[in-house]
Amino acid sequence: MNAAVLDHDHGHDGRKPSTAPGHGTGGPAAKRIIVGDGFWVFLISDIIMFSAFFAAYAILAPATAAGPSARQIFDPNSVAIETACLLLSSFTCGLASVAASQRSQKWTQAALLLTGLLGFAFLLLEAREFSGLLARGDGPTRSAFLSAFFTLVGCHGLHVTAGLLWLGTMMAQIYAKGFRRDIQHRYFCFTLFWHALDIIWVAIFGLVYLVGLNL
Amino acid sequence: MSTPADYEPGAGLEGDSAPGYESETREGVRAAIRGYLIGLVLASALTVASFWASSTHLIYGPGVPIALVVLAVAQMGIHLVFFLHITTSPDNTNNVLALAFGVLIVFVLVFGTVWAMAHMNANMMPSMG
Repeated sequence: MNAAVLDHDHGHDGRKPSTAPGHGTGGPAAKRIIVGDGFWVFLISDIIMFSAFFAAYAILAPATAAGPSARQIFDPNSVAIETACLLLSSFTCGLASVAASQRSQKWTQAALLLTGLLGFAFLLLEAREFSGLLARGDGPTRSAFLSAFFTLVGCHGLHVTAGLLWLGTMMAQIYAKGFRRDIQHRYFCFTLFWHALDIIWVAIFGLVYLVGLNL
Repeated sequence: MSTPADYEPGAGLEGDSAPGYESETREGVRAAIRGYLIGLVLASALTVASFWASSTHLIYGPGVPIALVVLAVAQMGIHLVFFLHITTSPDNTNNVLALAFGVLIVFVLVFGTVWAMAHMNANMMPSMG
């Protein structure tokens, strides 16, 4: 029998032991990995919270209480522009990550600014839609359908607002403190948050707006 | 802790990754940008397909919501792979397991609610509205 097989450092299939941190002999994982994993778990819990709002909306969508239905209040053009804004902002956020990995202050700030502007344009369109509904008396108190709609889409809008504040904070911190390790960890969490918001919007524009237009 | 003879400083770092992490090397930049571009193109295509499916009359009416659900799930997958860099590589096991558990909870919550409430509506007495 080969002596290496008996060596506890070696896998039973004869492969070399992993020297990567966080795997067997590699010692604890790098802080960047732990920060990312922890924030990822938070994002999944956030998505589970959204799924509860999606479930409530799915149940209450037909309960219009003689008020307007989804088909009557949704504007597909506005939704298409909102979707384009968030999708492009997710892309520019990715480009900012590439720039940050190269420690390029100029390109990181430019890509983040573009990300923020696209996010702001999204919020303006959503605010226009909400204020139009409220002006016509079709606010969240009008029907169970509108309560569920405002809760779900409004909660996503609040997340985007929080994301924009975080984005502004990150731009200021990267500008003032540079690409310090702790700043990188915060920035890394921000990019995960921003991409996750876009994933939730994919479910909203598909399952709420586009399905609603076909009910 | 034992150190193998062929250990190179920093070599192990490449074997581990968190969601969203990408290479910091110069040659990695081009690949990283290409990855985001592919993601953008695929996500845009699925978005356009979704809007097309909701407005066309070529698809059998009751089938449209099903098509939209499939397209939305596909696009969320594209976002996870190309923007959040969740892959099936061994280093991503922790993240994929957390994601799988999250998907299970979301599935139970959404489909369980819809299923249970549909039965409650069916069993409701007419006078209860």
